[in-house]
Amino acid sequence: MAKKSTFGNMVLVLTLICLVSSAILGVVYGLTKGPIEAAETAKINASIQEVVPAFDNQPSKEIFKVQLNGEDSITVYPAKKDGQIIAYAIQSKTTKGYSGLITLMVGVTADGIIYNTAVVQHAETPGLGARITDRPGFADQFDKTNIAKSVYKVTKDGGQIDAISASTISSRAYCDAVNTAGKIFKKIKENQEK
Amino acid sequence: MEYFLIIISAIFVNNIVLTQFLGICPFLGVSGKVNTAIGMAGAVTFVMAIATLVTYILQWYVLVPLHIEFMQTLMFILVIAGLVQMVEIILKKVSPSLYQALGIFLPLITTNCAVLGVAIMVVTKEFTFGETSQMLNMGQSVVYAVSSAIGFGLALVLFAGIREQLDLSDVPHDFKGVPIALVTAGILAMAFMGFSGMV
Amino acid sequence: MGKLKIITKGLIQENPTFVLVLGMCPTLGTTTSAINGMGMGLATMFVLILSNFAISLLAKSIPDKVRIPAFIVVIAAFVTVLQLLMQAYVPELYKTLGIFIPLIVVNCIVLGRAESFASKNPPLDSALDGLGIGLGFTLSLTVLGLVREILGAGTFFGMQFLPNGGILAFILAPGAFIVLGYLMVLFNKLKSKMYK
Repeated sequence: MAKKSTFGNMVLVLTLICLVSSAILGVVYGLTKGPIEAAETAKINASIQEVVPAFDNQPSKEIFKVQLNGEDSITVYPAKKDGQIIAYAIQSKTTKGYSGLITLMVGVTADGIIYNTAVVQHAETPGLGARITDRPGFADQFDKTNIAKSVYKVTKDGGQIDAISASTISSRAYCDAVNTAGKIFKKIKENQEK
Repeated sequence: MEYFLIIISAIFVNNIVLTQFLGICPFLGVSGKVNTAIGMAGAVTFVMAIATLVTYILQWYVLVPLHIEFMQTLMFILVIAGLVQMVEIILKKVSPSLYQALGIFLPLITTNCAVLGVAIMVVTKEFTFGETSQMLNMGQSVVYAVSSAIGFGLALVLFAGIREQLDLSDVPHDFKGVPIALVTAGILAMAFMGFSGMV
Repeated sequence: MGKLKIITKGLIQENPTFVLVLGMCPTLGTTTSAINGMGMGLATMFVLILSNFAISLLAKSIPDKVRIPAFIVVIAAFVTVLQLLMQAYVPELYKTLGIFIPLIVVNCIVLGRAESFASKNPPLDSALDGLGIGLGFTLSLTVLGLVREILGAGTFFGMQFLPNGGILAFILAPGAFIVLGYLMVLFNKLKSKMYK
C-alpha cells in the first residue's frame, strides 16, 4: 500500500526523488561530457575532410571568423600541410532555402579552386530540394571551378548550374551559399595582401 | 515584421499538429465536438504561453549560466506539470462548468507533446527571418507559443467539424473510429501543405 | 501471468500503436524511414524498461497524491540519461530524431505503463512489460517507417531499389497519417484472426 498522503510526506518524497535524480544526472553528464565533445569534433573534422585535400593540422583549433558588411560572421577552418595553408573549409550558409536555413561547407584550395562542397544541415523537402546533396547530379557541378572568378547562378537566371528539376529554389539557395563563400574567400585574400 | 512572420508561420506553414506532429493525442481524442475543441484549445493556449515564458527565463537565466543545460528536460516538464496543476485549481474556483466539461483532458495537457515541444523548440532552434536566422528573444518566444497554440486550436476545431460530419456518414466497418480519423487528418495535412513556401 | 506472456502481449494484443493508440506523436513524426522508426522505438524501449523497473521499486514509498509528478520526475531523469548517451555515441541518429527524444518524457505510453502496470506489479515483471511494450512499439514504428520508405522513396532500409524514387506524399505529413490509418485497419484484422 502506498504511503499516506500527508503534506509532509508528499514534500519529502518529491524533494528526495528530485534530488536523487538530479544527482544521478549530474554524474551521467560528467561521464558523457568527454565523449559528446569528441563526437562533435569528429563530426566537424569529417565534414572538413570531405571538402578539402589531405591535411595534417587541426583545423578546428585554428578557426577564424570573417564578416561581410552587415551580415553574420562566417567560420573558416584552415587546412594546412607542413605548416602551409593548402585550403580553406568555409562554413557558409543561406537562408534562402525552401525551408529556410541551409549550412554548407565549401572547400576552397589556396588558389581559389573549389575542391568539394558538402551540406552540413538542411531542412529541404525529401526527394525534391533534399537532392542538393546528390553527387553526381547536382553538387559536383561546382567542383574544379574558380570561386574567386565565378558568380554561381542556375540556368534559369542565366548561369551555368543545372538546377534540380522542380527544386529551383533549393538550387538557387545552394548557389547563394557558394557565392557567399566566394566573397569570404576574396576577403581572406584581401586581408592577406594588407 | 518578424512577429507577423512568426504568427503566419506557426499557424499555417508549420502548423504544430499537421506539419510538426505535436499534440496528436488530444487532436485524435478530444476533437469530437466543436465546443469541447474550443475549450481545449483555450486551455492549451494559456498553458503554452505561460510555460514558454517561464521555461525561457529558466533556460537563459538559470540553466545556461550554471552550465546545467542537461537538466532542461526535467525542469521544463516540472514547470509544465506545476502550471497545469495551478490552472486546474484556478479553473475549479473560477469556472466549474468549464472544469467539468474538460474533464480528464485538463490534467492531460501536461503530457501534451505540443506544450513541451514548443518550450524546447524556442530555446534550441534558430528561426529564419528573410535574410537572417537567429534564436528568438522573450517577446518573440511568447508570440510563437501563442501562435502555435492558435494553430493547434485551428486544426482541432477544423477536425472536430469534419468529425461531426463523419459520424453521420457511411464509413466502412473496419475504418470506424481512429483509422478514418487518421486518413481524414492526412487529407487535412495535405491541404495545409498548400501553405508551404508562403513565408 | 507467465514471464514470456508479459513480453509477447505487448507485440500484438496490447500493441501500443495499433491497439492502445498511444504515443502517436513520435509514431507520425519519426517514421520517414525504417531505420528512424526503429531507432525511435528502441530509444523509447530503453526508457520504458528502466522507468517501469524504477517506478515499480519506488511505488510503495510514494504518497498517492503525488504519484504522477513523482513518476514524471523519474521518467524525465531516464530520458535525460538517454539523451546524453545518444549524443555521445549515436549523434547522427540523435540529430535526426530531434525533438522527439526529449518528448519521450510525455509519451503517453511511458507514463501510461507506469501508472497501469509498474505501480502495481513487481520490478522484474514491470521491466519485462517495458520490454514487451517497447518491442511492440519498435515493431510498429519500423513497419510504418518501412512502408512509408518503400512507397515514398523506393528504398528498403536505406538501400535504393526503385530507380525513380517513389510517391513523395508518403514521406511527408499526409503520408504519415494515411499510412498509419490503413496499417491500423490491417493490423486489427490480423489480430482478430489470430485471437478469435
